Amino acid sequence: MSDDNPPRMGFFTDTSVCIGCKACEVACKEWNAIPDDGLSLLGMSYDNTGMLGADTWRHVAFIEQDKPLGRQNNAVIAMPTGATATHASAEAVHEGLGQKHGSELGTETGAIRPGPLPGGPMPAPVTPDGRKELRWLMASDVCKHCTHAACLDVCPTGSLLRTEFGTVIVQEDICNGCGYCVPACPYGVIDQRKDDGRVWKCTMCYDRLTAGQEPACAKACPTDSIQYGVLDDLRERAAHRVENLHDAGVLEARLYGADPDDGVGGAGAFFLLLDEPEVYGFPPDPVVTTRDLPRTWKHTALAAVGVAATVAAAFLGARR
Amino acid sequence: MAECHPVGFQWIMEAKARGATLIHVDPRLTRTGALADLHVPIRAGTDIALLGGLINYVLSNGLEFRDYVVAYTNAATILREDFQDTEDLDGLFSGWQDDTGSYQTDSWQYEGTGVASAAGKRQQGAKEQSHRRHATGRGHEHGSHGASLQGLHRMERDETLQHPRCVFQVLKRHYGRYTPEMVARVCGIPEDVFLQMARAITENSNRDRTTAWAYSVGWTQHTVGVQYIRAASVLQLLLGNIGRPGGGILALRGHASIQGSTDIPTLYNLLPGYLPMPHPDSHGSLDEYVADDSADTGYWGNMRSYAVSLLKAYWGDAATADNDFCFDYLPRITGDHSTYKTVQAQLDGVCKGYFLNGQNPAVGSANAKAQRLGMANLDWLVVRDFSLIESATWWKDGPEVESGEMRPEGVGTEVFFLPAAAHTEKDGSFTSTQRMLQWHHKAVDPPGDARSDLWFWFHLGRIIRAKLAGSTSDIDRPLLDLTWGYSTHGERDEPSAQEVLQEINGWTADGAFLSSYEELKDDGSTACGCWIYCGTYADGTNQAARRKPHTEQNWVAPEWGWAWPANRRLLYNRASADPEGRPWSEKKAYVWWDADAGTWTGHDVPDFQPTKAPDYRPPEGAKRQDALSGIDPFIMQADGKGWLYVPAGLTDGPLPAHYEPQESPVPNLLYGQQHNPARQMTKRGVDRYNPSGDEPGSQVFPYALTTYRLTEHHTAGGMSRWLPYLSELQPEMFCEVSPELADEAGLQHLGWATIVTARSAIEARVLVTDRMLPMRVHDRLVHHVGLPYHWGSNGISTGDGANELTHLSLDPNVHIQEAKALTCDIRPGRRPRGPERLRLVEDYRRRAGVTDQTGTAHRTTKEGGA
Repeated sequence: MSDDNPPRMGFFTDTSVCIGCKACEVACKEWNAIPDDGLSLLGMSYDNTGMLGADTWRHVAFIEQDKPLGRQNNAVIAMPTGATATHASAEAVHEGLGQKHGSELGTETGAIRPGPLPGGPMPAPVTPDGRKELRWLMASDVCKHCTHAACLDVCPTGSLLRTEFGTVIVQEDICNGCGYCVPACPYGVIDQRKDDGRVWKCTMCYDRLTAGQEPACAKACPTDSIQYGVLDDLRERAAHRVENLHDAGVLEARLYGADPDDGVGGAGAFFLLLDEPEVYGFPPDPVVTTRDLPRTWKHTALAAVGVAATVAAAFLGARR
Repeated sequence: MAECHPVGFQWIMEAKARGATLIHVDPRLTRTGALADLHVPIRAGTDIALLGGLINYVLSNGLEFRDYVVAYTNAATILREDFQDTEDLDGLFSGWQDDTGSYQTDSWQYEGTGVASAAGKRQQGAKEQSHRRHATGRGHEHGSHGASLQGLHRMERDETLQHPRCVFQVLKRHYGRYTPEMVARVCGIPEDVFLQMARAITENSNRDRTTAWAYSVGWTQHTVGVQYIRAASVLQLLLGNIGRPGGGILALRGHASIQGSTDIPTLYNLLPGYLPMPHPDSHGSLDEYVADDSADTGYWGNMRSYAVSLLKAYWGDAATADNDFCFDYLPRITGDHSTYKTVQAQLDGVCKGYFLNGQNPAVGSANAKAQRLGMANLDWLVVRDFSLIESATWWKDGPEVESGEMRPEGVGTEVFFLPAAAHTEKDGSFTSTQRMLQWHHKAVDPPGDARSDLWFWFHLGRIIRAKLAGSTSDIDRPLLDLTWGYSTHGERDEPSAQEVLQEINGWTADGAFLSSYEELKDDGSTACGCWIYCGTYADGTNQAARRKPHTEQNWVAPEWGWAWPANRRLLYNRASADPEGRPWSEKKAYVWWDADAGTWTGHDVPDFQPTKAPDYRPPEGAKRQDALSGIDPFIMQADGKGWLYVPAGLTDGPLPAHYEPQESPVPNLLYGQQHNPARQMTKRGVDRYNPSGDEPGSQVFPYALTTYRLTEHHTAGGMSRWLPYLSELQPEMFCEVSPELADEAGLQHLGWATIVTARSAIEARVLVTDRMLPMRVHDRLVHHVGLPYHWGSNGISTGDGANELTHLSLDPNVHIQEAKALTCDIRPGRRPRGPERLRLVEDYRRRAGVTDQTGTAHRTTKEGGA
């Protein structure tokens, strides 16, 4: 980057202070004029959005867990609790959710068919004693704006673009709807709209950034769970926050996507999590899907040379 | 708080980041509980038992803030010999009257004092008087001050707190039975969780530290709602957490500017600034009115100035000393005209017209069916809202139309729907819970025919006045003499909101803006629309519109908006200093006495006479604020003390006692008295009650039910169910149950459930969640059914309304419904359609033996009646 460019900007989403208000989802849709996704009760705790998609650029996940709450023990162990709902809910949700992904999710009202659980009544408690603990995690997911962005690599039209802020955006007037980027994303973020096939995802509110404003989601977040700023500063702040949480006894706090040496070269949008990434629906070890492309091309090139040589030999042979 | 006040919750998170411990008390683990250090699960409707337990923990372990308690509260005050406590009467206080179903409250007063009352009325007898006050809703007119007391010079105090009849000792006896074990048995809170909470609170309440309580309608919507808040007040006063930074009891209001709508009230029994509505029997003149309600002592002694200035704001030049400043123009209060009494008046055919301004009672008010039947009995109904809410369309598509109880062509009510502007589409102010006014400017014009409330009421008044012009009838004078000259602007003739604020602030006879309520006069030379707001337009500047960043001013941030009274950010802040006027600690310094300068000073505006020294003692016969000493921080109280014990002003007891809700799955373990004896009931066919406790039939409704809101929707849905972006986040009505209850009742995650009470039956999708916890209460397991109440049949996101199930048994002080704790049954499957739904409810009533008598007994003790 030349010196004229602004520093790389990013999101730090600190899930330890997320209150699940979903203001980010609404602010994102309002600012970017994204259509609604349709109405369906998913039964995934308070999450009725499901996942990121063409019409959902911020998604707040809600995870109910049999783990301790906050810094102290909570009351659950002392209560007359029995079975946990987690498994039963997950099965019911899975049944309705099926193999739906991205924009398909929630486009039809009543996508989830209510009815008896597969396998009859509530399952037995996870432990013979039933629930021991209870905590409720919330986390706002977004496009990671990868350092090595596969979506951008595979885009044949140049619609996907790295901006002067180091973010990755789609230029919808150039996108031809080929959809190559969709399977290229290691996080399942980028997604096509059914009506015209073009892809859509978070732009980190590029239009707001060029006007010196922070993205709509960060602006709306009441608890500063979503922080926007110079990526280097955010990484420093995040490391400090993890230290503080560790000092306060929240040993499970860890960063996700902050490491420039990870499989995507570090994310422009990274997270502070309170559990393993899989719990939040993040891939544990994302790898840019185009990582092996150079090697593949090398092999392909060699093979091509080989073919050419053979063909040439054939011609030569023919001449003989 | 995270659920319903997510924006305010940022400050809780900020406090937590600085090391504060956050405790969340709720039957459910909500989004607040998710971020709390400790979630305390509690059976709905038992908070007084918990708070009583905390009070007992403080008193029995000697953990009260002794210096504060002795100097600043009425702990030392001696009570009358004839006062009897719940300890003596199995849950009743002395003065219970079976015939009226209410208390006669004389015996609750301090030794030697009496309650202020008009001279000519005193001989009527206290019983009659207390009944009349109750009936006209005067119990809650003390919005900004305590009840007036007479004969305070005869009051006796024992500052050793040893006298058996001093408040402190009475308190100790009263709460003696609220042990940790009892808390566990009544509330379902395990003892060690309770003790963890008790330790956290008491260790955080001393000279160096303060603890704050925040509550919302989870505390108010009970038949003992006022006493919930009182119980918190007792605890906070004992711990020295009132009038000090970081302390207090914060009422998180139901929506924006509820505080404003009590300050300048939409209530039937108050005038602006908590001036009581005059009574027809005793308030023939301004003098009588003022004599009846102003205190001899304390700041409320200046009530005449406030009242005269208000009359001058209303009627301007027409209000003169010769005509009692048009005091006769004021309407007189003739009875209880609270919301639910108004619904009953509609059912009785007495109330004929109804304005609904941004209110959706067909969804948001208790016993929604009673609301609709009431509206069906009107001549006319005006609905001003953003969309065609259920309260505007019940006559053609409400549940009664579905059941066949109502035919659209048979409804005589003429319904007018007028689209309303949103807050972003008009100028105005919000008053938040800490009494702070913040001005908002119009961002866009309202769409189409939508107009602001100010536009509607101003032009309605203008048109009525035009129609009455030239009338010589006396009855029209109050309207014709009104000051109604607000300027209008733009194509739509929008009145100036700023001019309304100026009138509220007030001015002198020559038009100069007032800057403080202390400038108000009782001779007609000042006009002020609301005395507590006086100063909000000081210096001719809209003080509420100030937005100086906190980085450019001190940490109290006095230049952000404007707070009443006198831009004080913390009420009663004299209590932040010790009796000698020194901060209790360096860390908690807030305001203090500067002896050299001879004045109070500090970070905030002192809530005290600026030059009254800590050693000031009133001379005999001193009046108003001069009657309070230099160590009396609670300047709106007649005795200047924080009231651990309330000698007057409440209808249901001077001390909070735990009573079970109108409908409870268990008997009251603390007293023979099951319910709040003074609660108000409608006893109508449309409002039957489930049997309670161990009454026969109670097992037909075995589960506790509580209602609440979700972050994604707003109250009765008028502001959210029509918006796709919000509706998709919570797309339909659901109920929340624990896995154990799901198992017991045969409910499936995402399946359907039908929930039934003696009022109605509704259906909801089922969320089975670990966040709902079964509780061991008394000798049984209690399950809760959780119901968000946002839904109705209109809009994008729809579902049955939870308020179809709630009833109209009310708190006797403020007439609020008990929507937070009742009982129900829950069963798998969708509810029946049409008339079958009624039959299902009938069947439940029959099985439970519900009659018009069920649950209506006031007194359930063997003794204590009269």
